[in-house]
Amino acid sequence: MSIVEQKSNGTPKVGVYVCHCGINIAGKVDVYEAVEFAKKLPYVSVAKEYKFMCSDPGQEIIQEDVRQGLVDRVVVASCSPLMHEATFRRAVSVGGGNPFMFQMANIREHVSWVTLDKEAGTEKAKALIAAAVERIVLHQPLEQTKVPVNPDVLIVGGGIAGIHAALTLANAGKKVYLVEREPTIGGHMARFDKTFPTLDCSACILTPKMSAVGAHPNITLWTYSEVVNVDGFVGNFKVRVKRKPRYVKEDLCVGCLECIEACVYKRGKVPDEFNAGLIKRKPIYVPFPQATPLVAVIDPESCVMFKTGKCKKPCVDVCEPKAIDFDQKEEIKEINVGAIILATGFKTFDARRIERYGYGKYPNVYTSLEIERLVNAAGPTGGEVALKDGTKPKAVGIIHCVGSRDAKTNVYCSRVCCMYSLKLAHLIKERTGAEVYNFYIDMRTPGKGYEEFYERLLQENVHFIRGRVAEVTDWVMQPEEEGKLIIRAEDTLIGTVRRIPVDMVVLSVGLEAQADADDVRRLFNISCSKEGWFLERHPKLAPVSTFTEGIFLAGACQGPKDIPDSVAQAGAAAAEALALVDRGFVELEPNTAFVIKELCSGCKTCSNICPYSAIVFNEEEKIAEVNGALCKGCGTCVAACPSGALQQNLFTDEQIYREIKGVISYV
Amino acid sequence: MSSYLYYPGCSLKSTGRPYEESMLSVFRALNLNIIELDDWNCCGATAYMSVSELKAFALCARNFALAESQSDKLGNADLVVPCAACYLGLNKAKRYLDEYPDIREKIDTALAAANLSYNNHVRIRHPLDVLCNDLKEEVLTDKVIRPLEGLKVACYYGCQIVRPYADFDDQHNPVVMDKIMHLLGAEVVDWAMKTRCCGGSLTGTVQEVGQRLSYAILKDAVRRGCDVIATACPLCQFNLECYQKQMQRRYGDGPNIPVAYFTQLMGVAFGIPNQQLGLHRSFVPFSYSPQPKEVAGG
Repeated sequence: MSIVEQKSNGTPKVGVYVCHCGINIAGKVDVYEAVEFAKKLPYVSVAKEYKFMCSDPGQEIIQEDVRQGLVDRVVVASCSPLMHEATFRRAVSVGGGNPFMFQMANIREHVSWVTLDKEAGTEKAKALIAAAVERIVLHQPLEQTKVPVNPDVLIVGGGIAGIHAALTLANAGKKVYLVEREPTIGGHMARFDKTFPTLDCSACILTPKMSAVGAHPNITLWTYSEVVNVDGFVGNFKVRVKRKPRYVKEDLCVGCLECIEACVYKRGKVPDEFNAGLIKRKPIYVPFPQATPLVAVIDPESCVMFKTGKCKKPCVDVCEPKAIDFDQKEEIKEINVGAIILATGFKTFDARRIERYGYGKYPNVYTSLEIERLVNAAGPTGGEVALKDGTKPKAVGIIHCVGSRDAKTNVYCSRVCCMYSLKLAHLIKERTGAEVYNFYIDMRTPGKGYEEFYERLLQENVHFIRGRVAEVTDWVMQPEEEGKLIIRAEDTLIGTVRRIPVDMVVLSVGLEAQADADDVRRLFNISCSKEGWFLERHPKLAPVSTFTEGIFLAGACQGPKDIPDSVAQAGAAAAEALALVDRGFVELEPNTAFVIKELCSGCKTCSNICPYSAIVFNEEEKIAEVNGALCKGCGTCVAACPSGALQQNLFTDEQIYREIKGVISYV
Repeated sequence: MSSYLYYPGCSLKSTGRPYEESMLSVFRALNLNIIELDDWNCCGATAYMSVSELKAFALCARNFALAESQSDKLGNADLVVPCAACYLGLNKAKRYLDEYPDIREKIDTALAAANLSYNNHVRIRHPLDVLCNDLKEEVLTDKVIRPLEGLKVACYYGCQIVRPYADFDDQHNPVVMDKIMHLLGAEVVDWAMKTRCCGGSLTGTVQEVGQRLSYAILKDAVRRGCDVIATACPLCQFNLECYQKQMQRRYGDGPNIPVAYFTQLMGVAFGIPNQQLGLHRSFVPFSYSPQPKEVAGG
């Protein structure tokens, strides 16, 4: 009896099923040749091909062969295991087999989709099939363990997406932790005056949701906080959150803002982040009057007390509840949650990167975010659109696609800029009566009521010039142009270069992934697109899931999105999270480690390095033992064991060696 | 002492003689050894490049091979190329030879026929790059004995030095010449015309269009109250300086502003006599003469 036969209690009967995937595979792999090849491999009792193995009739073929006892283990040569491993394991199981007596050979993503050469494609497909067959003869039946799911959910990011997801889950009765890095929730939306295309007041629709978050008994809101560590797995994440000291006790502060009034600085000292740096704020501040929570925060970088240690501290004197605490320390909170929703948002493109548009050089060149604050009734000018010298502009140029649709910066369309440019054009015209020129590449207004809004702007006599702007300069040619900014652009509709003098230029900056998106990606063990947007599990069918089970995406961290789309996605992410935690348990992949007693020398290498403390040392027998309930199948101990005593289910050394042998010895 | 090879190209031996004279004087004043490439040939320029790239590359490659063989004694193969058209042509050829093996193979065969070889060592350098980036600021400021005080300078770079290859400066807003002028004590005007087209060879073919382009540049310099325009390209200098009288007739308000090579202004600040800087050849005379720096305690 061979080793294989000893291990599999008799002669293994392998079924090989090669999928055409329409022409996805069959176009570049000779499926029939692959089947003939498979038939000759050792222990293969059945080899078949089918148009779509994943379809019901395709799965039925497998089920029937298992049911009839023709095969006791199954190889499907088709797509990525990410796509259909679960489908085929289920098919084996329905037929009466053990779902882990299954192996997938990926001949689509790894073969047909990445070659133009059918001959080479067929050869590689055969090699992968041989590898799978070689390995599967050593597969053993395995059982999945069920572990309970922690019903609490963590949401990272308190913009409109995070807020909406938090409220949805909290209203469903789940306990939610909402972690926000800024001193207040609200995100970008809190800074806008109006929203397109309805011109709803942004604050009027957002702030009720913000205060609902603050007041909700099921929501624990941690602002000025960041996630620093994530351990565990789906259903059972262990998360550490750093709460930065705000030097004002959150439980005592009543939000009277007397301290800000009393500060030794009578005027603002540092650029006010909330107002896009247009004005200055004091070292003790709240970002804006509807901030949630309405608790002051002290910026130690600019506070005299922190910088010199000497201050009359009038803020402390006026604070009746005695909330100010210069000795407050950073605090680490540890929580357990079953699911995580990332809603970390976006940043706007840095307009300085396109030097020819003059941002940072000419004072009256603004970014769209700055204009959002200028037109905001609660903004630094009370909603008045004024130039740096205080006068009203007579002509304003709005330049679209700054940092979007441009091979030198970002190739993608930022999706929101056309519409917010229209909104700003409307608001500027309403406030100033100025001539407003929009310079666009294409107008992109696909949304409910969006095209109608564009039509309305055309009726309002806003000018639209189709052409990418070449430059913004102070190159005046006529005396009456002195002091103006000159926009030059090719008007591609009339085929000429135009030169338009204006008083104010608005740069409609695109959306980019957060600067630390890559750190966040690593922290949560998910993937990013090359632009830094978090990657969804499937662009069509799993748009809010990630490749890490239990972690979901909402809002613009996944890609540029406007408010309606962010809210819709946040709702979807909340529903997915709810579906997971409400089920109550998850089934774990049985890829845990185990010890071959006879080989263990008792060196304790494994128990010292196991990140989950899943290995204990049996003092009596002087050998290591794996606690299957704690093991996460990371494989660290398996790689480290000097005597090969530690092995991992689904990845034993013998399985891997045979797989390698299969790749290299048949073709 | 740093050493450089010098590739003049045709312009610096004809219309651009003041550029050569002033550049060599300035290099010498700064103790930089600069040796003209022996037996150099045409760079291919726009004319050849637009008709047959391969032949243009071959012409350039011969210059590279010569530079590499003559650089042995110098210890480096930095080829200083002041003319912007030569600079771009040679730079482009080098990139194509280094990056496209099929082109390289043909060129290597052509070079071999003349017992020459090119081994990727040569570096194409513009004097702006060398003077701004190879030297410490103090080396320049120490040489300034007549600071250009009160002189309002508009630095004009033209297109080819930073486009399409921006090897040593920003493509849209180059600043190296501004830095040098600032170190000389001049008042540098920030303007939007730094890299705008001077008309190039259009001034010789479709003259009205070419002149309109130069005119816009000159007019903006005058509007900003500049005393002189500093250039780094013989064709730009020619276009901007030599047609000013025709512009007077054509547009009625012709500008009258000197257009100097940046090396000429450096020479003036270093106290080098005008004759050695080619300033006596100017069409629009540059009559500014700065006072010697007051020596402390003297």
